[in-house]
Amino acid sequence: MRRSLTALAPQLITLAALVALVSVFFPGFVEIRLIDGRMVGPIIDILKRGAPVALLAIGMTLVIATRGIDLSVGTVMAICGAVAAWSIDKGLGLGGAVALAIAAGLVAGLWNGTLVAIIGIQPIVATLILMTAGRGIAQLITEGRILTFTHDGFSWFGSGTFLTVPVPAVIWVVTGITVALLMRRTALGLLVESIGINRRASALAGINATVLLIAVYMASGLCAALAGIITAADIRGADANNAGLWLELDAILAVVIGGNSLLGGRFSVAASLLGAMIIQTIDTGILLAGFPSEYNLVIKAALVLVILVLQSPRMAAEWTTWRAARREPKPAGRVQEDAQ
Amino acid sequence: MLLSIRSLTKRFPGTLALDDVRFDLKAGEVHALLGENGAGKSTLIKCLTGAYRPDGGDITLDGEKISPRSTSEAQELGIGTVYQEVNLLPNLTVAQNLCFGREPRRMGMIQTRAMTRQADAMLEAYGLDIDVTRDLGLYSVAIQQIVAIARAVALSGKVLILDEPTASLDAREVEMLFEVVRGLREKGLGIVFVSHFLDQVFELSDRVTVLRNGRHVVTEDIAELDRVKLIEHMLGHALETEVDDHATPHDDSAPKRPEMLKFRQMGRAGVVHPFDLDVRQGEVVGLAGLLGSGRTESAEFLFGLRSGGTATDTDGDVPLDTPRKAIAAGFGFAPEDRKTDGIVADLSVRENIALALQAARGWARPIPRAEQARLADMYIERLDIRTSDAEKRVGELSGGNQQKVVLARWLAMNPRFLILDEPTRGIDVGAHAEILRLIHELTAEGMALLVISSELDELIAVSDRVIVVRDRRHVAELTGSDIRTDTIVHAIAHRDDIGEVA
Ligand SMILES: Nc1ncnc2c1ncn2[C@@H]1O[C@H](COP(=O)(O)OP(=O)(O)OP(=O)(O)O)[C@@H](O)[C@H]1O
Ligand SMILES: [Mg+2]
Repeated sequence: MRRSLTALAPQLITLAALVALVSVFFPGFVEIRLIDGRMVGPIIDILKRGAPVALLAIGMTLVIATRGIDLSVGTVMAICGAVAAWSIDKGLGLGGAVALAIAAGLVAGLWNGTLVAIIGIQPIVATLILMTAGRGIAQLITEGRILTFTHDGFSWFGSGTFLTVPVPAVIWVVTGITVALLMRRTALGLLVESIGINRRASALAGINATVLLIAVYMASGLCAALAGIITAADIRGADANNAGLWLELDAILAVVIGGNSLLGGRFSVAASLLGAMIIQTIDTGILLAGFPSEYNLVIKAALVLVILVLQSPRMAAEWTTWRAARREPKPAGRVQEDAQ
Repeated sequence: MLLSIRSLTKRFPGTLALDDVRFDLKAGEVHALLGENGAGKSTLIKCLTGAYRPDGGDITLDGEKISPRSTSEAQELGIGTVYQEVNLLPNLTVAQNLCFGREPRRMGMIQTRAMTRQADAMLEAYGLDIDVTRDLGLYSVAIQQIVAIARAVALSGKVLILDEPTASLDAREVEMLFEVVRGLREKGLGIVFVSHFLDQVFELSDRVTVLRNGRHVVTEDIAELDRVKLIEHMLGHALETEVDDHATPHDDSAPKRPEMLKFRQMGRAGVVHPFDLDVRQGEVVGLAGLLGSGRTESAEFLFGLRSGGTATDTDGDVPLDTPRKAIAAGFGFAPEDRKTDGIVADLSVRENIALALQAARGWARPIPRAEQARLADMYIERLDIRTSDAEKRVGELSGGNQQKVVLARWLAMNPRFLILDEPTRGIDVGAHAEILRLIHELTAEGMALLVISSELDELIAVSDRVIVVRDRRHVAELTGSDIRTDTIVHAIAHRDDIGEVA
């Protein structure tokens, strides 16, 4: 436990620093109040608003660990949202809507995984296909309009609360914990990392790399489906054009801020989730701090740049040398002893 | 003195890889740099070529202090290097790799035709006639090695460094390389030569420097040393048993062992001519032949990496469509190219050793951490893997120690049939003896082995039977007292075979 906390230190420190920074501009930032049996406050809002990116980041972490990337997740969100809205519209009820949306996400993942693992297309290209074509599929489902619905049960996924906490926040936290435990309490994490580092050597050691790769893309599809359900439930409708738009990029960014290498291998789901919260804190913080909205993107880009530079391997190396130098004041000391 | 290094120190987390090391290189000499696996040879070289930044010490080239900050800076100073692990770009063509950074240009445009001609000329001295316009990655490790050497030689104005350049070459190619090196020595270059093949060291070098545990032990003229003395310097003690003491008795009265596996019609036209092979329990079958003769491909068929042929054991058919199935049937395969096919560099020593075992158990049944640690510690001890601890990244081990980790991975599986493709590549004399001893232990317990090796001495020492592969065909099978260097060399080279394989 202590070891994992040390590993998460850069992300935790960054998050704390951001919270402190925003609090300077917006003093009530960390306040949480209980109104009508639900927690309210900027922090709670971040936990809720950050849900889609957090969910996408969970799946993206696994895909990136295999040295892949999934550009289609934003689009898959739109597809799954459309499927859910369509199901509600057709009267299939809550269970039917959720099941179909999740099935759609898994099918999307199966498609991506097959292209990558069996046909051998590069992940960035393979998932680009669904990223561009998928919006069309979503539009076909919604018949080109914004498909709205009223269904209190389904809306609960977007705006309900569970034990005073917003449901979207509960969903991403539970999903994150489940996936992290699944990876670390079984051998899956090790096997995923292994194929990401050296797929050929892994296959020679008997790892079923093909099946594992497909499974990972399906997990990403599943996460995108959950994100799609939350988004559709929140706005009580499916917007094929805008749901999940550009979110794949935020998800990738979350994984990178989490310190996971785009070259695959070692990964941490928890770190990616912190990355997602960092991004959401920046987004929300900029709004609360009252900057004119045209500055948002510039400020966000600047903050992300600072974070990435501070976390870069180069800086990490400097930091280690600096600490080592303090612990051992004279590295050349031995030489002199010998001479005497 | 052409090059002189003083009090060089390099520290890695948990290891002091170089501790106050000195090294001198004269112009016109071949200077062998020797030491056990993990002694610090490659680290010394990398400090010299700017790949690592030393933590202390001075490097003087031609009387001027240098501290190269990058490998290209070292190249500009006239230091050409062949690293232990081939580090060329497999997606570029052979010609692009050879001329990288120095492409013939006219008005800024690369002259492809001129580059091809230049590349052909560079390879000529090595007797290598290949299509230089094809991607480097399509060629074997041996050819990539020669390309790396040719490139380094062309770059080396003053100093040429060869870190285990012969590890994947066969006798013929080694001789060509040595010719080139001798030519460069005549021209007054200083050459640093790292190798675990002591015969080659005695053949080629003028002086020797030995490192042990990151410290300088001795520098002497080769004429002052004999094999025993040299090994003592390297290990810090005498080697009790060298290879031959463990040699399998090659009399024809060897006891008949129970049959285990029968392979029929393994192979496919164009890759390896289909062959039959019977393997008995506890038997060691050696596979001899030149590089590219079809040795590795034969192994790949036996392990299900390529499909063709059938296998049966006493219980019936053994399915061999994929490596996974082969492993399930109790097979193991330690491949030739440890960097691309063997180690998973970013995983720890512990994880690398447990990897095959874990894959076989399936993802849902993780090997408990304590059990993994026990396995790792056991093999670290048995194979004398030099690492600060089991949690170190395998990629940070020295080359020979990485090789031992790959071996440990398969030994941990306790397979019934283990294929070892060049098992001792890059492994030092001490560990070499240890591994051969281990092979004998395992076969005594009933494990059957197929050993592929370019080192005939090693093959003769371990094998009960040697199969010779030539031009993608199994051309001869030698048993008992016929297993001798001269008979093997004869079978490799000649058309009139000693005994046709059935
Ligand atoms: N990048 C690195 N990070 C941490 N430790 C390292 C790194 N590179 C080398 N070492 C350690 O430094 C020591 C010396 O390694 P080096 O590669 O120089 O050995 P070597 O003499 O070349 O051995 P070999 O004969 O096996 O190639 C080893 O203990 C190794 O584990
Ligand atoms: Mg080395």
